[in-house]
Amino acid sequence: MQLDIVSAETEIFSGTVNAVFAPAIVGDVGIYPQHTPLVTRLKPGELKIEVEGEEDRYIYVSGGMLEVQPDVVTVLSDTAIRAEDLDENMALEAKQHAEELLKDKQTEVDSARALAELAEAAAQLRMIEKFRKGKV
Amino acid sequence: MSGAKQIRTQISSIKNTQKITKAMEMVAASKMRKAQDRMNATRPYAIKIKQVINHLAAAHSEYKHPYMHARSEVKRAGFIIISTDRGLCGGLNVNVFKSALRQIKEYQDQGVEIDLSIIGSKGMAFFRRLSGLNVVSHASGLGDNIHMNEIIGPVKVMLDAYSEGSIDRLHLVENEFVNTMTQAPGVSTLLPLPKDEEEVRQHHWDYIYEPDAKEVLDSLLVRYVESIVYRGVVENVACEMAARMIAMKSASDNAGSLIDDLQLAYNKARQASITQELSEIVGGAAAV
Repeated sequence: MQLDIVSAETEIFSGTVNAVFAPAIVGDVGIYPQHTPLVTRLKPGELKIEVEGEEDRYIYVSGGMLEVQPDVVTVLSDTAIRAEDLDENMALEAKQHAEELLKDKQTEVDSARALAELAEAAAQLRMIEKFRKGKV
Repeated sequence: MSGAKQIRTQISSIKNTQKITKAMEMVAASKMRKAQDRMNATRPYAIKIKQVINHLAAAHSEYKHPYMHARSEVKRAGFIIISTDRGLCGGLNVNVFKSALRQIKEYQDQGVEIDLSIIGSKGMAFFRRLSGLNVVSHASGLGDNIHMNEIIGPVKVMLDAYSEGSIDRLHLVENEFVNTMTQAPGVSTLLPLPKDEEEVRQHHWDYIYEPDAKEVLDSLLVRYVESIVYRGVVENVACEMAARMIAMKSASDNAGSLIDDLQLAYNKARQASITQELSEIVGGAAAV
């Protein structure tokens, strides 16, 4: 089946695969050809791609959407770390930036951003660890 | 010879300027190509996300998302205005501001209030001086390689305002990259989402949704708007580089013709002083 992984910034993967495993919001899912149509949100984590005659590939996604049609699977990957309160903070930042320039005021440091970055870093670390175990 | 010497220093200073403008022209040309590549790389995502949204909207026509519902009365309108961070790019920013102001004036004549979200420091410098406009968010210093997370903030401010009902319409003002010579400023409507002209095919099947259709559609629509703005910002970088390339090219050409003129003036001055010296010598010899 055809797999396309795209993000708003660039195309990440496109090709024919045997199966793909993704971290869906309600639990990890494995998609084989002829899967029933499905749309689900993804949480940050790794995608495992099985390609015929090749080693499994892992791609890190920081969330996004997974769309499954019988022969086509599309991953709309987020490029940024997304979380409701984090988005809120970015919005706040943009607001403050404007206010600052209009009034010259100070901004506050936000902890939610640090937390979300930490979560992402942890997920990335887990993946690196997995790679190492597989290789050594 | 004092006049000739002055001209000579002038020529060398213009030559230095010309070197700088030529270098900037070449830098802009290579950056433009990269920006164009990035612009094209955003296309697959936008196409895919649009497909899923269209399908969802067709399959769940009973659920009208606020983003798709046009409000009859417009009390306040939001604008996302994309400008550059740096100057020396010809009339690029001014053209965008002009088309924004034209639209804003149309609204103001109808008594509609305006909220602005500005990307790029040139836009901020321009719009902060104008009264009657409410700048609610701003992002600048994005550089040439822009990432999505820098766009999320300013867009969310506007999306939230729309969801709350404090703005009833959202526009995007940006440059369209027509080709290297032409950048066309334009105002487009982000919210409510313009109805797709394309006939949506009747589907006999539907997806399984996780967690549910409503939530999926919500997050897709937010990402869709963000991807449009992101593309606008990336496109604006391509426009900026193209405009700078052209501006620097004409600056280099101007410097060239200035140098030619000065060279001519220098030669004339030198010749005049030689002729004068000669006639003085001849005059002196005749006197003896």
